[in-house]
Amino acid sequence: MQTRRETLQRSVAVAGLLAAAGFPQFAQAAFNKTAFEAKSVPDAIKATGAATLLESKDVILTAPDIAENGAVVPMGVSTALPGVKHLLLLVEKNPLALVALFHSSESLENNFLTRAKMGQTSDVYAVAVMADGKALWAKKEVKVTLGGCGG
Amino acid sequence: MADPMRIRAQAAGDKATVRVLMSHEMETGQRKDAAGKIVPAWHIQEVTATLNGKPVLSAEWGPSVSKNPFLQFVVKGAKAGDKIAVTWKDNKGDSRTDEATVA
Amino acid sequence: MSLAKLTMQKTLSLALTFALCAGAAAPALAQKTTSQGIDEYRAMLADGNPSELFEAKGEDLWKKARGPKNATLEKCDLGQGPGVVKGVFVTLPRYFADTQRMQDLESRLVTCMETLQGLNGAEIAKTPFGKGEQSNVTALATWIASESKGLKFNLPQAHTQEKTFYEVGKRLFYQRGGTHDFACASCHGEEGKRIRLQDLPVLSQNPGDGVGFAAWPAYRVSNGQMWSMQLRLNDCYRQQRFPYPGFGSNATIALSTYLGVNAKGSVSVAPALKR
Repeated sequence: MQTRRETLQRSVAVAGLLAAAGFPQFAQAAFNKTAFEAKSVPDAIKATGAATLLESKDVILTAPDIAENGAVVPMGVSTALPGVKHLLLLVEKNPLALVALFHSSESLENNFLTRAKMGQTSDVYAVAVMADGKALWAKKEVKVTLGGCGG
Repeated sequence: MADPMRIRAQAAGDKATVRVLMSHEMETGQRKDAAGKIVPAWHIQEVTATLNGKPVLSAEWGPSVSKNPFLQFVVKGAKAGDKIAVTWKDNKGDSRTDEATVA
Repeated sequence: MSLAKLTMQKTLSLALTFALCAGAAAPALAQKTTSQGIDEYRAMLADGNPSELFEAKGEDLWKKARGPKNATLEKCDLGQGPGVVKGVFVTLPRYFADTQRMQDLESRLVTCMETLQGLNGAEIAKTPFGKGEQSNVTALATWIASESKGLKFNLPQAHTQEKTFYEVGKRLFYQRGGTHDFACASCHGEEGKRIRLQDLPVLSQNPGDGVGFAAWPAYRVSNGQMWSMQLRLNDCYRQQRFPYPGFGSNATIALSTYLGVNAKGSVSVAPALKR
């Protein structure tokens, strides 16, 4: 649940965006500790400023059906929708669900690809957090034959 | 000083696909060493990029991004000859910036 | 023979149990689908191989003045003349007249690091893989391998030593021993063998483009490490419950010769990406 302080921090960040002269829209981007320390997928998503979570066919998750090794699992999030604030990648069964948070920008396509560690077979989520507070998500199960959290 | 990144930026039409390989342990803070002690978390937290000096990318990463991370993003309005600079900052305050020219 | 087979079966059944425990209800039919799935996974990782980070490091080291003699490696002779890097990877191991011995890429690099740069070759050979100068040797080998990417293996077999080492390598390939009575051939001498989801190539013959000898050095995703052929061979011995033959040992060079000659005509994809 987003606290009032978090809402305030977000608003300050947004205000900073609008107030900044010219382009430097990321001047205020501070590391979102709360989101990255959240254990569950919904908690992590809500910590990035979303109020409602909705499944959506307009958010594309790119991920393999099965990974040879959980240490390196390619995953991507993309959408053609307008009004996106951030794009997220999450792994449900990882100790901390949020993998990455990409801030949307006019200079970039909403299309990001990276690689993550997965401890075990799990659902992987791609989320588009919209300006109107909705979090649109798509998910897929990725099988992991050998966990990638080391040891 | 951290090892350099490998950045490749390929223009196609009015955008450029940028692919980056970074050299970093990305230690989760979940792993135990041989003596049974937790190996402290050590991972990239922020990734930013500029196009000809103008900020275009801002991303935050958690410890579950893979070791020697790979990142791909697409920059609009980029053409051959433009300069892409990528910067990462980790949770220990270490940082690295590398540059590449869009091909 | 039966002992090895039994252990192999046990390994396979353990692997299957593991796969099932991983939470996925993988029906027996899915064997082919799983294989396709793995191919897709590998294809997704093909672009952006972290071995490129080691290639860059290796190229840097080749051109950097180092050691007591403060010299670069740019005059190092890897078999086709001083400083020639392109195409050498697919012609090693081979006989070298100056050292009067068969050498593979890594032992030859150490020779150059000693003669050109004044570094201590014996010390480097004793250094564990992944540490100190050994990690530099791996990075150099990674870059030099990349400079032959796409070329076909063509190890020379003209000199007597080259032919002898091939034969020694073959004998070693089939030699069984250790606590489990394993030989290289136990895993790599028959069709249809695998460990977990990795198909094991048959190395007593030409396994084809980009397979076996043609795929190392490789970046291993499971541990995020760059593995050279020397490490691969030494670790194979460890997996067979043998002690390491040792870096640059005649045994490893003989095996490399056997594998490399068998791979004649196949395309090198090194440095590759492995589990």
